Amino acid sequence: MAHQISLDFSKNAARAQADTDLQSALAKLQRDTRLARSIITGRLPEFEDLRDRAVAIKDHTLANLDHYLETFEANVTDAGGHVHWCNDAGGARETILQICRDSDAKIVGKGKSMVSEEIALNDYLIAHGLEVVETDLGEYILQLRGETPSHVVMPAIHLKKEQIAETFRDHHTTLDPDRPLDVPRDMTEEARAKLREKFLAADVGITGANMLIAETGSIVVVTNEGNGDLTQTLPRVHIVIAAIEKVVPRVEDALSILRILARSATGQEITCYTTFATGPKRPDDLDGPEEFHLILLDNGRTKLLEGAFRDVLRCIRCGACQSACPVYGAVGGHAYGGVYGGPIGAVLTPALDGIDKAWPLPEASSFCGNCEAVCPMRIPLPGLMRRWRDIAHNEKLNKAGARRGLALWAWAARRPALYRLGARIALRLLKTFGGRRGYLRRVPLAGGWTTARDLPAPEGGTFIDLWQKENLGKTQGNTTGKTGS
Amino acid sequence: MTARDDILGRIRTALNRPEGAGPPPAPEYANQSLIPARAQGTPAELTERFIAMATEVDISIDRVAGAGGVGTAIAAWLSAEGLPDRAVVSPHPVMDAYGLDDAPGLTTHRDTTRGDDLVSITPTIAGIAETGSIMVTTGPGTPYTLNFLPETHIAIVHVDHIVGGYEDAWARVRSNGEIGTALPRTVTMITGPSRSSDIEREVTVGVHGPKRLHIVLVGDIEGGADGKKI
Repeated sequence: MAHQISLDFSKNAARAQADTDLQSALAKLQRDTRLARSIITGRLPEFEDLRDRAVAIKDHTLANLDHYLETFEANVTDAGGHVHWCNDAGGARETILQICRDSDAKIVGKGKSMVSEEIALNDYLIAHGLEVVETDLGEYILQLRGETPSHVVMPAIHLKKEQIAETFRDHHTTLDPDRPLDVPRDMTEEARAKLREKFLAADVGITGANMLIAETGSIVVVTNEGNGDLTQTLPRVHIVIAAIEKVVPRVEDALSILRILARSATGQEITCYTTFATGPKRPDDLDGPEEFHLILLDNGRTKLLEGAFRDVLRCIRCGACQSACPVYGAVGGHAYGGVYGGPIGAVLTPALDGIDKAWPLPEASSFCGNCEAVCPMRIPLPGLMRRWRDIAHNEKLNKAGARRGLALWAWAARRPALYRLGARIALRLLKTFGGRRGYLRRVPLAGGWTTARDLPAPEGGTFIDLWQKENLGKTQGNTTGKTGS
Repeated sequence: MTARDDILGRIRTALNRPEGAGPPPAPEYANQSLIPARAQGTPAELTERFIAMATEVDISIDRVAGAGGVGTAIAAWLSAEGLPDRAVVSPHPVMDAYGLDDAPGLTTHRDTTRGDDLVSITPTIAGIAETGSIMVTTGPGTPYTLNFLPETHIAIVHVDHIVGGYEDAWARVRSNGEIGTALPRTVTMITGPSRSSDIEREVTVGVHGPKRLHIVLVGDIEGGADGKKI
């Protein structure tokens, strides 16, 4: 499914908030993942040190990225694999299609890959005559429904099991229409049987990679279902698509990062399957792909490497920021319009799709800091959103009313006497209109607040007045003759 | 200009690194080990931890004192669980020591699989105490498919091969004479049967890979609590 950037985050958000099924799914997701993460990280006293280590590994790698990519390429080639460098989505799609055509492929099995979503790979391959089957259970459900993932690691988290059962009845038409599909186990069994046929029939398997290891030319793929393993072993050709920031120097570095990945993503100690794969089938191996191709994709990463946004390239796509974000928890991943929802989307989507289209996303944050607190790679997500806000403001992309308001505020803030007078008048007015109830039902220019709830009328004086009074009081209390004018 | 030149050129410009700058000095962290305490301990402690962690992730464990008893133990377990008595076994010489071919109540064949086998029996490189994981590799006698396609995967782990952390398991891969210096095509850490929580976050076991992972732990070790053998 191709993603369409919606210009109207607030419209998407309003629709999401009216969807009661979505609201209960999001509440459950956030409650469960927060609890699981806190239990599992609590069991590992070294967790915070491992976060620091992971940051150091990625920072070192990014600062020497050309070296590690060249080393990785040389080792993949040594192991008998092929590396294809691609500047952008178009280049990657064409390269993958060509590999499929060269091997006369008809059926492509696909492991879960966010970067393949970035380049809208499935639509392209299907348009060129290939049958493409997503094999991750969540992604398979979404493919049947024509939807996109709403969470980085739990793609179908926005759906209820009744909706999924209906989808299965609509698509698996050769099965008994009255079969029971009441519990997740029923649907899992059905998907297992359907997808097993596809695994065995696929000519090409396409997976992403959680990491690339420079010293060995290996890729690391983690899954719980085992679909990544079946996708990369049964077909004749294995194609890996990975963005350039996925590389780490050594196996030991990958192991350190693995210690924080699943704990942050799903609250597991480690995923069920962690596979390090290096090149194609060896001459004496009994199974494995005949060909191994690796697509090394830029798609905007080198631009991010230049400076202000480099930290975001540390991201390991665990989804912890999404599971912890109150805005994501209120609207879900689809409201963000791009490939990535939540805080990571608010930072990445403007880079991938342009700030001119995506400027509302970094606005959709209360800067509560939950995302930065849980991010295993300590990416300063609120700070990066603020940078995008600055850029959007300077390029006059945000709403004219907001810019005028900020300009007025800045003008007044530079004139302290006037500012204080204005604040006192506003305070008096709010108090008066608040009356004995102490609440205002409607405030001009603040409809965004008062349509949903009353505004409490301020008590006491302005902040500056209260501060001065408090400070002055303290100074007088401590007077020993040294203070004062 | 190829895409490769474009990308490397943009990276070097962004980083202000000249072409051919060579490898960077080793980072400070490279020589500072950060292995969790739970991945360290005496062999007996690690064995106990391995069993406890594996049990947490729905792995069942059976113990046998010597390699020759593995076949009989597997036959008994399959029968007790009501599972088929026919198994595909990794075609590797190490499997000869386990008495698999002449165990009563067990029929075996040595092969790779396309999915019509319901039970597989494979060797492992290591058991990892840190997370209760097993490590398996591919090679001439160890096809990948046996670890994934059958509904029941039975893995044989030697007590002597239980290690503390992931790094220790990797050290065993790298020192394994059979494979020399080149890595096996795949090195996999398996931690429990296949599972998914993609539908309403409810955990269901047995999605694409095995529905059951059963370990037969071979040998015992001195030095448990109260001086017991573990």
